[in-house]
Amino acid sequence: MTIVHAHQVSAAPVQTLMERRFSPYTENGGTTLAVAGEDFCVIAGDTRQSEGYHINSRYAPKVYQLSNGAVLATGGMYADGLTLVKRLEQRLEWYFHQHEKTMGIGALAQMLSIMLYNKRFFPYYVWNTLGGLDEEGKGCVFSYDPVGNYEKHHWNCSGSAGHLIQPFLDNQVGHKHQPKAQAGLLSFDHVVRLVKDAFTGATERDIYTGDYLEIFIVRAGGITKEKIDLKKD
Amino acid sequence: MSGIGTGYDLSASTYSPDGRIFQVEYALKAVDNSGTCIGIRAKDGVVLAVEKLVQSKLLVPGSNKRISSADLHVGVATAGLLADARHLINRARSECQQYRDTYRSAIPGKVIADRMSQYVQAYTLYSSMRPFGISTIVATYDLHGPAMYMIEPSGVSYGYYGCAIGKGRQVAKTEIEKLKLTQLSAREAVKEAARMYGSRVF
Amino acid sequence: MDHFPGNWGQPLSRDPHVVSSTDWFPGPGRAAAEPIARTQQPMVTGTSVLGIKYKDGIMIAADTLASYGSLARFRDVKRIISVGENTIIGASGDISDLQHIEHMLETVMIKEYCVDDGHTLYPKHIYEYLSRVMYNRRTSMNPLWNSLVVGGVRNGEKFLGFVDLQGTTYQASTIATGYGAYIGQPILRKAVEGREDEITEEEAVKIMDDCMRVLWYRDARSSPKIQRATVTAAGITVTEPYELTTEWGFAENIKGYGA
Repeated sequence: MTIVHAHQVSAAPVQTLMERRFSPYTENGGTTLAVAGEDFCVIAGDTRQSEGYHINSRYAPKVYQLSNGAVLATGGMYADGLTLVKRLEQRLEWYFHQHEKTMGIGALAQMLSIMLYNKRFFPYYVWNTLGGLDEEGKGCVFSYDPVGNYEKHHWNCSGSAGHLIQPFLDNQVGHKHQPKAQAGLLSFDHVVRLVKDAFTGATERDIYTGDYLEIFIVRAGGITKEKIDLKKD
Repeated sequence: MSGIGTGYDLSASTYSPDGRIFQVEYALKAVDNSGTCIGIRAKDGVVLAVEKLVQSKLLVPGSNKRISSADLHVGVATAGLLADARHLINRARSECQQYRDTYRSAIPGKVIADRMSQYVQAYTLYSSMRPFGISTIVATYDLHGPAMYMIEPSGVSYGYYGCAIGKGRQVAKTEIEKLKLTQLSAREAVKEAARMYGSRVF
Repeated sequence: MDHFPGNWGQPLSRDPHVVSSTDWFPGPGRAAAEPIARTQQPMVTGTSVLGIKYKDGIMIAADTLASYGSLARFRDVKRIISVGENTIIGASGDISDLQHIEHMLETVMIKEYCVDDGHTLYPKHIYEYLSRVMYNRRTSMNPLWNSLVVGGVRNGEKFLGFVDLQGTTYQASTIATGYGAYIGQPILRKAVEGREDEITEEEAVKIMDDCMRVLWYRDARSSPKIQRATVTAAGITVTEPYELTTEWGFAENIKGYGA
């Protein structure tokens, strides 16, 4: 005797109406961070681009040098980030020709916020971290949400491993929860070492972070770039 | 009110009592002052050649082109006011593209020649307009093979085996008439054209 | 008044000064009264496209099937197109959108030709153009439903890029769309990554054929009739459609499957 379960009764193939609804958004993963020092700023991001469980590319950089004193790290939807950077570059060029000087990072930070907010109802799906030197030559970091809310601080990490690295930076850069530690800004070498450790660590735990690490170093003398291997698994 | 036009030549929208439109005839004068421009329709192609009178040694070579393309298979050479020519070529390019947008195929030669001549003709209808100061040779290659048309400021256009416009047109026409155009290849026609200009026949 | 002469005297359909007959009547125009149809769904579609870098340039492969849902509707559709002298594009997704893209590219290529300044569009120019078109269409919620693989060689520089209906772009030494991203990409990466400047054309052909064969075995929307295209310093070659050799014998006798 065969037992027929209720949900097995129908022998005919199940017909469902299929309509693929278009979604304009996608998430391409990746992690970015920035740490400000007394007279420098370090901005870094991995170069993996993912979509779901796919790795699209091992080298699709999402950290962009915008001027001689500002670097923007984007994360989230790669296409939106790219478009945002193109628009920013255009605005920076117009500003340069109109005022005969490059835009300061304070103005740039505010402008970026406005550009994001202006697309409030169809946002750029991008988490930005802007790093560079301010008018006095001091390192500074600004972090944003996709609709333009922004804040200035000394260090920030966003993206797929943001929740892994941020508390690490809070502890190591900000000396949080270390009652005996001396507060104060870290040396340049120390910061770069922390950044590399943070990313190698995040690569182990986050599948969306890996392949290569690109580090931008902003100092009064200009910007230098470093590319380091991360694990490719 | 005395002189050649006696008042009938001020507007393209006014005929003279004997049925002429003087503005159009004056436009032809602008063409006749221009460097010679010839077209030869050979067996397997069309050859256009223009003479570019050097207005200044300071000009960059290759500037102020008088031969240009409206599509991959439509070449245009002009004699007359270069600025007018550039406007007409822009129009021709739009027409070619619009045909492609609609039919996804290349515009036939007689269609583009007809559309361009209609456009030129429209400028002979209004008192507010100045007729085109150019004659245009349109060379095309379509499914039916090579073809050549010449459009005058009045808007008339005819198909030709050989034609010449500008300063030396009379001599040039006599020269082209000597050629056996039904047997000539385009490559040979290039040589003939070069010979005519090179030996300063006109 | 439009002060730009280039906009004067356009053909009727493009002339902004010509008003359509409905504009003469009071009340909302037709455009305001009717909703606009936008987001489509793909109708007749092509499946995976593969692309790799190899020693001499770029190789792209795709089958020639255009499916209507699960129906193998058109079996001889070319999904690899060439643009200019040194760019090829492989497309998966909606075939009519691909044909529209072809038309747009033809338009820009003719425009460049007419300018007659000695310049032509390089692979990266065409890629940039395409990616902006794709992104702008997604932003207007009216996407072109394709994943495109753009390949080319110019001045000794190899280019292989991807762009899709959401405007996502990336460049890599191996690219695979659709089902190929699951089945083909791991095989391609193993064969190509780090060896981009060593792989001969002969080897590249084998890699591609092997991948396409696996896709034919496993992708139910694929066909064994495929095309391959290459761009090298010598120019573009696109093969005529050809059939993959296949083995459907009893699995026991096939290495790797046997009991």
